[in-house]
Amino acid sequence: MSDAITFKLNDKPVRLNVDGDRALLWVLRTDLGLTGTKFGCGEGHCGACTVLVDGVAVRSCLRKVKEVKDKEVVTIEGLAKGGVLHPVQKAFLEHDALQCGFCTPGMVLTAVGLLTSNPKPTREQILRGMEQNLCRCGAHTRIVDAIQSAAGEMKGGQ
Amino acid sequence: MKTEDYLALDFQDSMGLLSQSRREFLKRLGGGIFIFVSLGELVTAQEAGRQRGGGQGLPSDFNAFLRIGEDGRVTCFTGKIEMGQGPITSLPQMLAEELEAPLDTVDIVMGDTERCPWDMGTFGSMTTRSFGPALQAAAAEARAVLLELAAEALKVPQAQLVAKDGVIFDGQNKEQRRTYGQLAKGQTIERHLQSKPALKDVAKHTVVGKPLLRRDGRDKVTGKAQYAGDLREPGMLYAKILRPPAHGAKLKSVDTAPAKAIAGAQVIQDGDLVAVLHELPDVAEAALDKIKAEFDVPEPTVDDKTIFDHLLKVNPQGRAVAEGGDLAEGRKLASKTFEQTYLNSYVAHTAMETHTALAKVEGDKATVWASTQNPFGAQREIAEAIGLPAQKVRVITPFVGGGFGGKTRNTQAVEAARLSKAVGKPVQVAWSRAEEFFYDTFRPAAIVKISSGIDGSGKMAFWDYDVLYAGERGAKQFYSVANHRTTARPSGWQGPPGSHPFATGAWRAPSNNTNTFARESQIDIMAAAAGMDPVDFRLKNLIDPRMIRVLKAAAERFGWTPAKAPSKRGYGVACGMDAGTWVATMIEAEVDAKKGTVQVKRVVCAQDMGLVVNPEGAKIQAEGCTTMGLGYALTEEVHFKGGKVLDTNFDTYELPRFSWVPKIETVLIDAKDSPPQGGGEPAIIVMGAVIANAIYDRTGARLFQLPMTPERVLAAIQKA
Repeated sequence: MSDAITFKLNDKPVRLNVDGDRALLWVLRTDLGLTGTKFGCGEGHCGACTVLVDGVAVRSCLRKVKEVKDKEVVTIEGLAKGGVLHPVQKAFLEHDALQCGFCTPGMVLTAVGLLTSNPKPTREQILRGMEQNLCRCGAHTRIVDAIQSAAGEMKGGQ
Repeated sequence: MKTEDYLALDFQDSMGLLSQSRREFLKRLGGGIFIFVSLGELVTAQEAGRQRGGGQGLPSDFNAFLRIGEDGRVTCFTGKIEMGQGPITSLPQMLAEELEAPLDTVDIVMGDTERCPWDMGTFGSMTTRSFGPALQAAAAEARAVLLELAAEALKVPQAQLVAKDGVIFDGQNKEQRRTYGQLAKGQTIERHLQSKPALKDVAKHTVVGKPLLRRDGRDKVTGKAQYAGDLREPGMLYAKILRPPAHGAKLKSVDTAPAKAIAGAQVIQDGDLVAVLHELPDVAEAALDKIKAEFDVPEPTVDDKTIFDHLLKVNPQGRAVAEGGDLAEGRKLASKTFEQTYLNSYVAHTAMETHTALAKVEGDKATVWASTQNPFGAQREIAEAIGLPAQKVRVITPFVGGGFGGKTRNTQAVEAARLSKAVGKPVQVAWSRAEEFFYDTFRPAAIVKISSGIDGSGKMAFWDYDVLYAGERGAKQFYSVANHRTTARPSGWQGPPGSHPFATGAWRAPSNNTNTFARESQIDIMAAAAGMDPVDFRLKNLIDPRMIRVLKAAAERFGWTPAKAPSKRGYGVACGMDAGTWVATMIEAEVDAKKGTVQVKRVVCAQDMGLVVNPEGAKIQAEGCTTMGLGYALTEEVHFKGGKVLDTNFDTYELPRFSWVPKIETVLIDAKDSPPQGGGEPAIIVMGAVIANAIYDRTGARLFQLPMTPERVLAAIQKA
């Protein structure tokens, strides 16, 4: 059942011997100890488990680990570089765009994915891009403001 | 991760697990200045009165304390927990203000039964208004002690000394100074505060009242913040537990052999508790799926459609919450009378973090890290379940991923402890989303019957209010009506046996969401019948100056202009009181008359919450309440058949989404002269009524049941 799977995780090569059918979420959280990726619903409804795979935001609870073979995975732990926050993280912080913080990693990475594919989104496009991510505390308006301000700061670049 | 490492991350001191006398306790903390506060008259009778002796790991004659260490750092210890509502920022803010210490030298230790004084729990928006004053008092006393020490050390009369930014200096010679750390050095001073010390004049506040960003923000945007499910212990196992298909179902037979056949899987059967344990959570889950179990499931007798008839039949007893004048007399005065019944369905908490706990039971002691709103309650529950004295059980609360009242029941922590005891290893229990729905303590389905009347001038003549199942919080009305009666049956949110097919409990601003929906809808109905603008009608019938003030403040910011409803503008207004705070909200909404959908476009929420400790935090809470409230108002409703909960995930149970969220403006009334009040709940209570009233204003259709789903909105439009 074990497969040798290699991929790039937060800029570092990873080689795992695991059952390739296991969900990426649990491999990240348990085998690799990256607990910033959260379990919220297990069925792709909430977005708390979002990670970037080759720059695209995906639900790690629905993704088999073998599907990221030879790809580049970024989790919330890998977003800040050398202690410098990503503009989206910085904007979330400055806008107080979080409360309990449990949905936050997924929100941040979904937003990064959104800004990668659409660097200058309208407010409408941000709403649509974030629509499938759930936040129970109700930080929505601040999250939208944060994404808009991050887009401004990134000026279309990373 | 080892316990010690975990402690090092979040706490400055590390302590043993055993209960201790105060002397031992102080010794373990190291030197410094300690201030203990017994809440006594400083807090509401409710919380102080329920203080329990024994049980916890600490001496029990105080409720709050702080320590000034030899390094000058100040630590506040509190049994309150951080679940997003912000005390991790606001409590140090209150402390720093009174102590004259820089905010970044203040640490806070929260929700650890071994290190924090007993606390009832984090709910009821009590942290700021009830714990806050105790903490301020402790800080003021600490400042007094420091001034005494400085007077001695500097040989300067106390009156000549100034405390500022963690330093005390001679007002006539600033070179003559001592830092708090220097003053605390070599000291072990213990003070017990019994009476309220003089606090700083509010006008001199420099820290309180200043908007501050969250102190836990950076850890939360980088994924560093740890919740119960993120903690690791060597040798730990993940448990998945066999669940019945419905409440009331009994296990008939179980075949665990197929699960045992999976490599590394262990099956534990402890009475009714059947669980699979594995070092990987997903493998434990797959193994659980292989267990063959048969249950006797009782025939369903009630479902989400018939529940209200059933509840009326149970007909619970209650008590009069408020009464005055003579209802018969009032009826005679009335020129128009109104009889209405309001309904609301069961609502789930659905915090994004499901109930999670990691338990390590070793011999005669247990450590449990739990997502809980009441660590001391969890401690007691765990101790009873595994047969240990409470002081041998330590509950530690990491960050909690949302609570809203749902994490006051600690079933998952008890399960983890039982399994850890059985298997002799640390065990994590993290509920799936389906388990979270199944074991939730729902906001109860409820019924409100109101009979009311107005006289020819538009003054309320009588008010007869009967609330069933929601509970009495927020039931008492605040309008000026001489002849009135309010009955709550029962007074709390748990009906008599046989009422609900599953557990019910406190849900953010318990009772008050239902009560405010009913009351403020009825007020609007009367305003329309009187031919009056709904704001004017309220102002005519209000005498409470603080309610009048918030209503006027909301109207001013909103730009409300008087018009009789339905004005077609889609404007709604509702007022309420909760947790000591006055709130008035106004909205503008659009209704799609073909689809029955409602879009709230704009919200103004005005609050008088007394002294505002952290205006930014208060605004965030009001925005969160408003957004969360859209859900119970428009879509959230638990579907069930008998004891079977049909909702298992967010595909059928619909939470508010980004596209729903309106522009939200919060107006905080400047009321510095009044003590701080609750902010985590009040703004949510108005959301049902304010939307119902806006729908009426837009369409002329009146909604009497929450949530106001498209089907119900369409049915009401057709009836109108």
